[in-house]
Order: sequence, then C-alpha cells, then structure tokens
Amino acid sequence: MSETIKKLNKKELFNMFVRSNFQQASFNYERIHALGFCFDMIPAIKKFYKTDEERRLALKRHLAFFNTTPAVCGPVVGVTAAMEEARSDGEAINDGSINSLKVGLMGPLAGVGDPLIWGTLRPITAALGASFALNGSIFGPLLFFVSFNLVRLALKWYGLTYGYRAGMGIVKDMASNTLTKLTEGAGILGLFVMGVLVTKWTKINVPVVISQTTNQAGVKSTMTVQGILDQLCPGLLALGLTLLMMYLLKKKASPILLIFALFGVGILGYWLGILK
Amino acid sequence: MEIQLYQIILIFIFSCIAGMGSVLDEFQTHRPLIACTIIGLILGDIQTGIILGGTLELIALGWMNIGAAQSPDSALASIISAILVIVGHQNIQAGIAIALPVAAAGQVLTVFARTITVFFQHAADRAAERVNFKLLDFLHLSALVVQALRVAIPALLVTVFMNAGSVQHLLNSIPEVVTGGLNVAGGFIVAVGYAMVLNMMGAKYLMPFFFLGFILASYLNFSLLSFGAIGLIVAFIYTQLNPKYQERPQTTTTAGSSAPLADDMLED
Repeated sequence: MSETIKKLNKKELFNMFVRSNFQQASFNYERIHALGFCFDMIPAIKKFYKTDEERRLALKRHLAFFNTTPAVCGPVVGVTAAMEEARSDGEAINDGSINSLKVGLMGPLAGVGDPLIWGTLRPITAALGASFALNGSIFGPLLFFVSFNLVRLALKWYGLTYGYRAGMGIVKDMASNTLTKLTEGAGILGLFVMGVLVTKWTKINVPVVISQTTNQAGVKSTMTVQGILDQLCPGLLALGLTLLMMYLLKKKASPILLIFALFGVGILGYWLGILK
Repeated sequence: MEIQLYQIILIFIFSCIAGMGSVLDEFQTHRPLIACTIIGLILGDIQTGIILGGTLELIALGWMNIGAAQSPDSALASIISAILVIVGHQNIQAGIAIALPVAAAGQVLTVFARTITVFFQHAADRAAERVNFKLLDFLHLSALVVQALRVAIPALLVTVFMNAGSVQHLLNSIPEVVTGGLNVAGGFIVAVGYAMVLNMMGAKYLMPFFFLGFILASYLNFSLLSFGAIGLIVAFIYTQLNPKYQERPQTTTTAGSSAPLADDMLED
C-alpha cells in the first residue's frame, strides 16, 4: 500500500535543495555537472525506487553529461524528479525521454541564467558593494554577499519546487513570453549599468599639452588632449577602449592576455609621459 | 608585522573555503570583495582588506565561468594580494600588481584541478554500478578537497615564508617606471571585464541601453544606486510597451471595441 504514495515531501525537497548548492563540487572537463546532478537526485532515487536494479539504472541515468548556470539548475532537477516519480508509478517513460528533457532544458536555461546571473545580478550587486567598499565601509561586502545570495537561494528553492510541481508542463512555460521578457528586461538593466560603470569607474588621463596661450589679462591657459576629449564627451577614451576590448575578445583573444597587454600599455604610456 | 600561528591556521581554513567557493560559484566567497575582507579581518586590518577587495572586485567584475570556459582565478589572487599588502604595509596599487600575475597562475592550477576531478567522475560510475549512495556522496564532495588545496597550499606557503621585510624587498626591486605604469594601467584594466560582460549579454539590439547609461553617467553626478533604479525603470517600461509582449486577447478586444465605435461614428 505504501508503494502508491511516493510524492516527495518537504524534507526531501529541502535535502535536494541543499545538495543543489554543491552542484559544481565535482566539476570536471569530461561531463561537467554529471555527478553533481546525480548527487541532487539521490533523495528522489531512494524514495521512488526500492530494488537495487532500479536504483542502479536510475543512478546511471543521471551520471550523463549535464551543464547549466548553477543558480538555475533547480527547475531541471525538479522536473526530472517529477518524471522519475511518474516512471516509478509505472508510466511509460523511457531513459531517452528523461535524458532528452534534461538536455533540452539545460541549454535554454543557461541562455537565461548566464545573462541574468553573471551578466546582470552579480556585476550590479558587486559594483554596488565595491562602491561602498572603496571608502572602506564594511557595508559594501555585506551588501554584495546578502543581496546576491538571497536572489540566488530563492531561485534555487523556488526553481526546484516549481519544476517538481509543473512536471512536463515546464516545457510549455519555457516557451512562453514571461521568460524572454525577464531575460530582456534583465539585459537592459545590465547593459545600462555597464554603460554607467564604463564612464564612472574607468580612469584614463592623457595630460599631453597641445597648446599654451596667454590671454590679454596675462592668464596662462593650457590645452591638453584630455581637456579636448572631455569637452567632446567625458569618458570617450574609456568607451573606445571597452569597444576595442569587445572586438578583440570576439576575435578570441584571451582575457588574461588582454589584461597583460593593457599593463604593457600603461607602463609604456607612463614612461613616455603620455598617460598619467 | 608578525603573523601569529592562529592567523596562519585561520588563513588556511578560509583559503580552503574560498578554493571550494571558486568552483562552486554559489556563495561568492572567492570574489575579491569577500575574500580580501575576510583576510583583512584575520590579519587585524579589515579596512585595508575592504578597500583592496573593492578595487580588485571592479577589475574582476567580468571574470566569470561560462560553460566549460575558465576565468582568471580571483580566489588565489585576492588572498595572496591581501596577505602581502597587509603584512608588507603596501599600498592598494601594489596589491593590483600582485593580484594579476597570481590570477593568471591560478587559472592554470584551476584547469589542472578540473582535469583531476575526471577521476572522481569515473569512480562515481563504478559506485553507481554497485548502488553505493554513500560512496557517490563522498566522491562528489571530496572532489572539493582538490579545489580547496589548490588555493590553500600556495596561500599557506606565502603566509609562512613572507614577512614585511621580504615583501618590501621584493617590491622595491621592481623599477619605478613599472610600478607607476601599473598604477596607471590599474585605472583602465577594468575595460576588459566590462567587455567580457557586454559580449556575454550577446544582444546587439539592446546596445542602445548601454550607450544611454554611458551618456547619462558622463554628464550626471548621481550615485550608482540611483542609476540602477533608472535602469530598472527603463527595463520595465521597455518590456511593458513592447508590442511583442502584448497578450493576444487584449489586442482583439481593443480591435473589437474600436470597431463598433467607428460604426457609431459613421451612423452619426
């Protein structure tokens, strides 16, 4: 009789949520999150399957390649648990359909998760925290830590429970407008703030003197390259440099190489006296 | 400044946490803002830790792991530079000069560590064959030890073998033109990070919002928080007014209601 009631309870879901905070512990170049996904699923596998043979098959099923943005792995874990539940109840769900659902979801979710988490949430909370930290305020690191993690943990928990409830319905939800609306809105916020940061927090100064004139009152006025550029638009060099870096990164230049190249530019410019 | 034994132990423990954090990428203990602050707290100079953390955080703003691509190692860079700056009484600029080469070296170590963990993956295949849940749990979590030691061992070596004198000696041997140049470069190296984020967003048609932010901030002296609020409002307005998000039924009802209206007007 007890075989028929196999819904995951809150405790088991919470266990899976805690486990999903270690999603990338065994990150490896062969199968990325494969073992991590299996680790997340263990409470569900224990609950739904009782024989060794069933359990072995289930474990092996979830040791396949998996990779997505860790903060948004919740929905996939949830919906996979729902499918395993249906399968253990005797529904005709084969290995292939479980795996293809996982593969089918991880791509689009990373497509939402990467810009949302790494492109918007972290740069904004980190920049905000850093702006306080530069003045030596402990509020800066605290703000970053608390705000980033609150959003991240909420995404993990609600993502997991939502995926488990929605089951296969998630595929329809993923195709809906809400998700693209959210991604697009986050993208706008992220890009806007990046624009602000480029001009506010990049320091380039070219103190090269172009002309020195003395007016009738005898006051000397010096015209520097930086002065002229600032009259055109403050932050113009920073913008140009950022766009150049974007171009070079697209041409597959490695970030660390570019950082060292800029170091070289800094040293050379300082030596020649054209950068200060 | 002499480092006490308890400080060495605490640095080792936190380095393990940050090393694990850098692969998990969940709680962000590996980010400069957090890591430098904690190291500052341990060494009794939290103020320097926070300021160095904020400075390095800006440089590392765009450092992220996307898919299997590996970013420079912010955990090792933050910890080593915070230790050397605080113990050797160096300025923040020296911290930047230390952090970047260490981040590059750490990236190599990270790639190495993530290759070693393939072994854990294969061991897990065998554990699954034997339906050994406990062993699977152990394998997954023990892979973290590799990542913890990757950061903790170099940090421990630096803590034990460096003192104020040797740090000063090391940095004094660098010519002035290099330190001055690094100082200048520190002001615009952030551009690489911005470019990484911008490229990753990958939505060319939304780039006008980037330029909007740039122009507004070039001429307005608002705080970052208020610019964030403006960005949020702009994002709301755009998604709300965008016709592609309008619900279908809504458009049919407006079309339906306007049609009778036109009829009425014709009758009059």
